[in-house]
Amino acid sequence: MILDRLRAHSGKRQKPSAEVLLGRRQGSWLLGTALLTLAPHVSWLPPWIIALCAALLSWRGLLLWRGKQAPPHLLLLLLTVAAAAGVRAEFGHFFGKDPGVALLALLLGLKLLEVRSARDVRATVMLCFFLQLAIFFEDQSLPIAALALCATLLALVSLVTLIDPRGHETGHVRTAATLMAQGLPFMLALFVLFPRIEGPLWGLPADAFSARTGLSETMSPGSISALSTSGAIAFRASFAGSAPAPVQRYWRGPVLSQFDGRSWHAGRVQEAATPFYSPGGERIDYTLTLEAHARRWLLALDFPGTASAEPDPAAGRESGSGALRYTSDYQLLDRQPVHVRARYPLNAYPDTVVGREQSAAILAAARQLPPGFNARTQALAIELAAGASSDAQILQRAIDHLRDAELIYTLDPPLLGTDSVDEFLFDTKRGFCEHFASAFTVLMRAAGVPARVVTGYQGGEINPIDGNLVVRQLDAHAWSEVWLAGRGWVRVDPTYVSAPRRIEEGLAAALPAGESLAFSLGSQNNWARSVRLRWEALSNAWNQRVLGYNPDRQRELLAGLGIQGDDVWVLAGTLMACASALMLALFIWASRKRKAEDALDRAWRRLSKRLARRGLERQPWEGAHDYARRVALAIPELEAAMRTIGDNYARLRYGPEPDAAQVQALIRKIKTLRLP
Amino acid sequence: MPTARLNRLLEAANQIILGKDHEIRLALACVIARGHLLIEDVPGVGKTTLAHTLAQLMGLQFQRIQFTSDLLPADIIGVSIFDRDTSAFRFHPGPVFAQLVLADEINRASPKTQSALLEAMGERQVTADGNTFDLPEPFFVIATQNPAHQVGTFPLPESQLDRFLLRIRLGYPDPLAERALLMGEDRRSLLERHTPALEADDLIALQHAARSVHVAERLIDYVQALLSATRHDAELSAGLSPRAGLGLLSVARAWALMQGRDHVLPEDVQGLFPHLAGHRLHLAGDGRPVTGATLMRLLHAVALP
Repeated sequence: MILDRLRAHSGKRQKPSAEVLLGRRQGSWLLGTALLTLAPHVSWLPPWIIALCAALLSWRGLLLWRGKQAPPHLLLLLLTVAAAAGVRAEFGHFFGKDPGVALLALLLGLKLLEVRSARDVRATVMLCFFLQLAIFFEDQSLPIAALALCATLLALVSLVTLIDPRGHETGHVRTAATLMAQGLPFMLALFVLFPRIEGPLWGLPADAFSARTGLSETMSPGSISALSTSGAIAFRASFAGSAPAPVQRYWRGPVLSQFDGRSWHAGRVQEAATPFYSPGGERIDYTLTLEAHARRWLLALDFPGTASAEPDPAAGRESGSGALRYTSDYQLLDRQPVHVRARYPLNAYPDTVVGREQSAAILAAARQLPPGFNARTQALAIELAAGASSDAQILQRAIDHLRDAELIYTLDPPLLGTDSVDEFLFDTKRGFCEHFASAFTVLMRAAGVPARVVTGYQGGEINPIDGNLVVRQLDAHAWSEVWLAGRGWVRVDPTYVSAPRRIEEGLAAALPAGESLAFSLGSQNNWARSVRLRWEALSNAWNQRVLGYNPDRQRELLAGLGIQGDDVWVLAGTLMACASALMLALFIWASRKRKAEDALDRAWRRLSKRLARRGLERQPWEGAHDYARRVALAIPELEAAMRTIGDNYARLRYGPEPDAAQVQALIRKIKTLRLP
Repeated sequence: MPTARLNRLLEAANQIILGKDHEIRLALACVIARGHLLIEDVPGVGKTTLAHTLAQLMGLQFQRIQFTSDLLPADIIGVSIFDRDTSAFRFHPGPVFAQLVLADEINRASPKTQSALLEAMGERQVTADGNTFDLPEPFFVIATQNPAHQVGTFPLPESQLDRFLLRIRLGYPDPLAERALLMGEDRRSLLERHTPALEADDLIALQHAARSVHVAERLIDYVQALLSATRHDAELSAGLSPRAGLGLLSVARAWALMQGRDHVLPEDVQGLFPHLAGHRLHLAGDGRPVTGATLMRLLHAVALP
C-alpha cells in the first residue's frame, strides 16, 4: 500500500514496455555478436557480400554511436531486394547451402539495422545462432569451433541484456557463461550418444565435389611445383612402431605411363580386391588419416599389404566404403572418392619385389614415346645404350650422366618449349621434381628400358608432440620406376641423384639460397616451429577425436561403456536417460542454491503457490503484510484469515524471539486455509 | 504512553496541514530517528507551516533562517563580540541554537554558509573562535529548497545531501483538502490555539524507545541486499553509503515505533527507501537525481530473504 502511494508520488509512471527501443548497450552486444558470427564466414563468402555485410554492420555501429534508431523501412526493403538479387546473380539459384548461407549473412546485416523491439533482438540472435552453425558447412577446424563458441556466448549475453537491460555487464556475462556451462553436459551427451551419420552430414551433391588441391591424374612441367606453395596438410600417418627413415617415405599416388610429348597421363589399369604381388619382408603398420581430396586413390607407403586380412575389428570399415581395391600398377584405391577426412589402418612391405612377371603389352606401353619430340634426348639415350650388356647397366649410366650434368633443383624453373625434356637436360638445367622424373623416364624409354612416372608424396615431418607424421601438399613429389628383368619394377628417384637433400631433409633444405618457403613452414626458426608443431598436434587430436567420431568409433566407445547393440532405440534410450539425469542434476543444483528454508517458510511459499493459481502470486520483493492485504482485496472472503496470517507471519519472522507454539499454530492455519 | 501522545500530535497536525498525513508522519519519523529533513517543493505548499506546526506541537524552540546569497556563516552560528565591561569576547549564539531550525531555501546561500549549517547538523555542536558550543537537544533541522528555479542558486553537493536523513515533497493538496483549506481560517492563528502535544523530554524518550525496536537478522540481510543493489546498478553513478544504510535502519525503527510495533518489517524499509535514497542517488549519465520509477525498480529487483 505504501508502494502504491510511492508509485503515484514518483509522478512519471513507467510506459508499458511493448516497444522497447534498442539501447546502446544492447545494441553494442548485438553488434558484437553479429560481428563475431560473420567473421569466420569471410573465408568463403564472395567479396561483395563481405563488403556489404561490413558496410551494414558499420552503419548500425554509426547509428548506435550517434544514438539514432533504424533507417526507414522502404530503404531497408529496397536493400533486401537488391541483396537477394545479388545473391541470385552470384550463385545462379537460391538452392543449396552456399547461396542460402550467403543470403542469411546479408539478412543478418539488414535485420540488425531494423532492430527496434525486443522481438527483433530475439530474431536477430536466432539468426546469429543459425549462422554460427552454418560455418561448420565450410570449416570444422578447432579455431572455427572456438570462434563459434565465443559468438554463442555473446549471443547469450545479448539475450540476457534484453531481459535485464540495466544490470551489470559482468553479471550478464556471468549469467550467459553459466547458461552455457549448463548446456555443456547436454552437448557432450548428444555428441557421444546421438546416432552418428555416415559421411558428410551436410554434403549436398553439388558442394561435395568441389575442386580441392592435390595431385591429379596428369603431370606436366609446373603441375607439382604449383603444389609446393601450399602448406595444407595432405594426410597424416601414425606408425605403430617407429617411422621409416625419410628416404623410405615414398607415398604412392597416381602412376603415369602415357606420355604425349608434354604431359604424362595414367594408363589403363586393372583393379582387384587383392594385391598384384605377394607382400613379403619387413612389415610397417600405420594408420593413414587422409584429408578429403575428392579422388579415389589413397597415398599408401610402398607396397601395401592386404588390409582385409587384418583381424583388427577397427579395420576394414573405418573408411566407410568397404574393402580397398588394388591396381595393377600398385596403387591403393578406395571404392568411392574420398570426400571427407578418412582413416585407414594400413600396412606396408617395403622390401616386396613387384612385377617380376609383366606382360609384353605392359612393357611395350612402358617403352612408348611420341615420335618427333626431344631429339637430343633420344640421341643421348642411344649413346648410353650403346654397348650396354643389360638394362641395369643403361640405368647406371643414365644415373651417372644425370649426376654429371649438374642439374639444379629449384622451385622456380624457367618455362619450357615443345621439347621440354631436351630443353631441361641440355639448356636450362633447372627444374623441379616433375622435370627430373619426366626427363629421366623419357631417357630410359628412349634407351629401350621400360619406365614410368609415379606421383605421390615424399617425406613429411614427424610432429614430436604426438609422434605423427604430417605430409603436406608441398611434399608432393614425382619419381620414376624402371622395369628390370629379374628384379621387376625398381624405384629410381632422379631428384635424389641431383638434390639428395630434398629426400633426406625435405623441400626447404634442398632449395638453393634465395628461395624459401612461407615463414612458418620453411624457416628453421625454433620458436615458430614449436608453436606450429604443437598446434598441428592439437588439430590432429581434434580431427581424430571429435571430427573422426564416426559410427564405428561410436559403437566401439559405447561397447567400452557396456552399451551393446546397433539398435537406434538403445542409443535413443541411453540418450534420454542421460539427458534426464543431467536435468535432474541441474534441478538439484538449482534447488540447493535456494536458501535452506524452515517449515514456516515452506508453508508460506506453498500458500503463495496456491494463490498463484488465482493470479495472486507473491512477488519476490513483496512483504507478508502487503501481500496479505493484496490477497484480502482480491478475495474478500479471505480478508480476516489472510490479515491474521500475514501479520502473524511478519511478526514471527521479523519480531523478537518467535514462540515455537505460535509458529506451529501459524503453520497449521496456513495449511488449513481453504480457498473459496 | 508516548504512542498515544504521538497520535494526538498527528491528529492536531492533520487539522492544521490538510491531506498531508503521510508527509507529516515521515517528518515525525525523521525527528524520532534523530535525522534532519529536506523538503523539496515549489513555494506556497506549506513547507514553513509544516515546520512551524511540528515545532509548536512538539514543544520545541523554533528558529527560522531565510537563506540568501549574502548570508554569512556568522549569521547562522553567531558571533563573538568584544564586551567592554568584561574586557573579553563574548559569544552571541546565532539562530542555529534552537531545537528546531527551519533553513528556508537553503540552496540560495553560498556553499560556505551552507556548510556552516550542515556541519552543525552533523556534529550537533558549533565551533566559533576556538570554543565549542553544544547545540540544544533535541536538535532538528528542516531545510527547504525549491527545485524549479535553479538560477542563482548553489545546489547542495551530494556529500551534503547525505546529511539529510529523508527528503520529502509536499506537493499540491488534493481537491478536497484544498477546498477545506480555502474555506477554513488562517493556519497561523489555528496553530497558535494548539498546545504542544509533547514535551521536549517526551521526544527524547521516543528517540530512545526507537533505538530499542527489534531488527531481525533477515531484515539486516534485506537492507544489505538493497544497499548492494544500489551499488551494482549500472544506471546509477554511485550507490548508497553505509551512513545511508544506518539511517535507513534508524528511520525504519522510528516508523515501526510510530505504528506501535516492536519490530521492523520489510514494508517499513520499502516505504521509507524512496525518501531516503531519492536525494542520495544520481543517474550515471547526466548526474540527474533518480526518478521514483528507478527507485521502484531497485526495490522490485531485491527479493525478500
